[in-house]
Amino acid sequence: MQSVIRIILQRLALGLLTLFVVSIVIFTAVNMLPGDFAQAILGQGATPEAVEAIRRDLGLDQPPITRYFQWLGSAVQGDLGNSFAQANFASFVGADSGVRTTVAQQIAPRFANTMFLAAVTACIAVPVSLLLGILAALFRNSVFDRATNVTTLTSISSPEFFLAYVLILFLAVLNPVLPSLSNIFEGMSFSERLEKTLLPALTLTLVVTAHMMRMTRAAIINLLASPYIEMARLKGISPMRVIVKHALPNALAPIINVIALNLAYLITGVVVVEVVFVYPGIGQLFVDSVKIRDIPVVQACCLIFAAAYILLNLLADILSILSNPRLRHPK
Amino acid sequence: MTTLLTLALILVAIAAGGWVLRFAGQKATGNAPAFRDMPFAVAFGYVLGACLLMFSVWYFFQPTTTKSGVPNAGVVFFRWAVQFFIISAIAAFLFRALGRMVGTRGTKKMFRQMPLTASFGVLVVILYALTAIFAAWLAPHGQEEVFAKVNVLPGGNAATGGDPLHPLGTDQIGRDLLSRLIYGAQNTVGIAFVTTCLAFFLGGSLGFLAATLQGWLDQVLSRAVDVLMAIPSLIFALLLMTIASAWAGSERWLLTVYMIIIIAVIDSTRVFRLARAVGLNIVVMDYIEAAKLRGEGLGYLIFREILPNATAPLLAEFGLRFCFVFLTIASLSFLGVGIQPPLADWGTMVRDSAQFINFAAFSPLTAALPLLAAGAIALLTVGVNFVVDWMLHRSSGLKE
Repeated sequence: MQSVIRIILQRLALGLLTLFVVSIVIFTAVNMLPGDFAQAILGQGATPEAVEAIRRDLGLDQPPITRYFQWLGSAVQGDLGNSFAQANFASFVGADSGVRTTVAQQIAPRFANTMFLAAVTACIAVPVSLLLGILAALFRNSVFDRATNVTTLTSISSPEFFLAYVLILFLAVLNPVLPSLSNIFEGMSFSERLEKTLLPALTLTLVVTAHMMRMTRAAIINLLASPYIEMARLKGISPMRVIVKHALPNALAPIINVIALNLAYLITGVVVVEVVFVYPGIGQLFVDSVKIRDIPVVQACCLIFAAAYILLNLLADILSILSNPRLRHPK
Repeated sequence: MTTLLTLALILVAIAAGGWVLRFAGQKATGNAPAFRDMPFAVAFGYVLGACLLMFSVWYFFQPTTTKSGVPNAGVVFFRWAVQFFIISAIAAFLFRALGRMVGTRGTKKMFRQMPLTASFGVLVVILYALTAIFAAWLAPHGQEEVFAKVNVLPGGNAATGGDPLHPLGTDQIGRDLLSRLIYGAQNTVGIAFVTTCLAFFLGGSLGFLAATLQGWLDQVLSRAVDVLMAIPSLIFALLLMTIASAWAGSERWLLTVYMIIIIAVIDSTRVFRLARAVGLNIVVMDYIEAAKLRGEGLGYLIFREILPNATAPLLAEFGLRFCFVFLTIASLSFLGVGIQPPLADWGTMVRDSAQFINFAAFSPLTAALPLLAAGAIALLTVGVNFVVDWMLHRSSGLKE
C-alpha cells in the first residue's frame, strides 16, 4: 500500500512538472507575437500615448520572466486576466470606467457546458462500446464482427464535421427529431438541455466509441487463448459467461486505460463539434478567440485544455498501475 | 412518446421472431447442432438483420417524389448511399480481380490475399493521387476563375436554376464548384502529403540520431517531445496559428507555409517516439557494432544501416500519420485558420456551404454539396486506414 501511494504521488508530481513546463511553452509562444499586446489591441490606429497607457495598464513594461510569474501566480488563484475583445478600450486611454470582462467570467459557464457535453458523451459511449466490444469478441470473425469492424474503422477515420453533418441531415433536417443548433442558456431545464446536447454528444460518441470498442475486442480476444479460459470452456460454461465472468476482469486494465485516453481525445474533438453545432462551450470560445487574436483567452483556454489532457493521461497511467499487480509492486 | 412505444413493440416482435426461428429450426432439422446450441441473442441478431435488410430494400424502392411533387429527400439520400456502396464494392472487386491477373508475381500474390476493404483502399488512394496530379486537365475551369453567374444551383438543369456549364453550380462569388472540388484534391492532399513528409524527415532523423548517439542529446530531445506531446495537438496548432497569422499579416500564402511547418513540427513528435523506439532495437544489433568498428560515419549508420531495417513500421506509421495530418489540416481549414483562399480546399468548402444542408427537404442535390466535400475528406482517410489496417494485420500475423 505504501508503495502505491508513493507511485501515485510521483506521477502527480511529474504531471505538475509537465503542466509547469507546458505553461512556459504557452507563455513563450504567445510572447513571440510581433510587436506586443498593446499594438495588437489597438491595430493600425495606435498612437504612441495609447500604446504606452495600455502597456503600463497590462504590466507589459515588465521583463518577460516577471510577467510570466505574475501570470502563473494569478492563474493558479483563478484570475486569468482580462479579455481583450470585451474590454472597454476607452478606459485604457482616458478615465477608467472599470467595465471589463475577466477571462474567468467568460470561461466559467462555458467550461461547465463543455463538461456537461463530455459527461453525456461518456455516459453513452462507454456502455455502448463495452457492449459492442464484448459482442464482437464473442462472435469474432462472423458477419457481425466484420460489419462492426468496417463501420468503426470508417467512423474513426472520418472527420468530425462529416459525421456531424450526416447526423444533422438525418436526425435534424429530414426527420426533425433533435435540434441541430445547441443554443444553451442559463436557467434551462435539465431535459431541455439534454435534448439540445444530444446531437453533438452522438457525434462525439461515434468518434470515440470506435477506439474503445476495438480495444475492448482486442483485449478480450488476447485473453481467450490463455489456459484458464480453456478450463472454463471445458467446464461447460456458456461463451457469454466465459467472457463476462472470466475474461473481462483481466481485460479491464487496458480497457480502462483506453477509456481514459479517449476522454482525453474528446477534449480535442470537442472543438470542431462545438463549432458545428454552435454549442456554447470552451472549444467554441477558443476558436472565436483565435480568430480575433484575443490573447488572454487563447492562453487560458490552452492552459485549461492542456491541464485536462495531462490530468486524464495521468489518470490512465495511475489506473493501469493500480489494476496491474506487477506494476503495483515493482522490483 | 408514440415513436418510442412503436420501437419497443418492434423490438418485442423481433425477439418473438427470433424465438420462433430457433424453435422452428430445431423442429424442422431434427435438433441439428446449429439450432440446438444457438443462443437466443444469435437468433435475435439474425431476425433483426433480416428485418433491417427487408426494410432497406423496401425503402430503396420508394418513389423519389411524393404525390404533391416535393422530392422525398430521405429516399433520395438513401438511394445515393446504397448506390455508392454497391458501386464501390463492385469497383473494389473488379480492381482486385485485375490485380490478380496483371503484374509481377509479387503483386499478384499480394492481391490474392487481399480482403475487399483493402483493395477498395488501394483503389481510392490511386484515384486520389491521379486526381491530384492531373487536376489541371480534369477540372473544366480554373480554381480561381470567377464567372458572372453566382450561386448557380447544382444539377446542370436550366429549368431548376442550374447551368450545364457548371454541373455542381457556382459559389457565392461565382467560382465553379466542380473545378474547386477537383483542385481541392491537389491542394488539400498535396499539402497534407508535404507536411507528412516534412514531419517524417524531422522526426525520423532526430529519432534515429537520438537512438544512435544516446546520452544527453537523447535525454534533451525526449523530454522536449514529452512536453510538446502533453498539449493536445489540435489545440497547440490553433494556438501557434494565432501567432503565425499575426506574423504573416496580409500575406495569405505565407500563412499556408507556416501551417505546414507548425503541423509538421507537432506531428514529428509522434514520429520521433516511434523512430527512436525502433532505432533503439536496431542499434544493439551486431551489424551496427560491425559498422561502427569499420569506422563508418554517423550518416552511413543512420541512412544505410538503421533506415533500411526500420522501413516496415515507419511505412505503416506514414499512412496513419498522413490521415492524422490530413484531418488536422481539414479541421483547421474548416475552423477558418487553415489553407487560405484563393486556394480551393475541402475544409473551407464544407464551412462555406454548410448552411445548404437545411434545404435538404426541397433540393437534395444542393444539400449534398457540403457532404460531398466532407465526404471527399472522409473517403481518402477511410481508404488509407483500410490499407494500413490490412498491412498491420498482415505484418502482426494475427489470425484471430
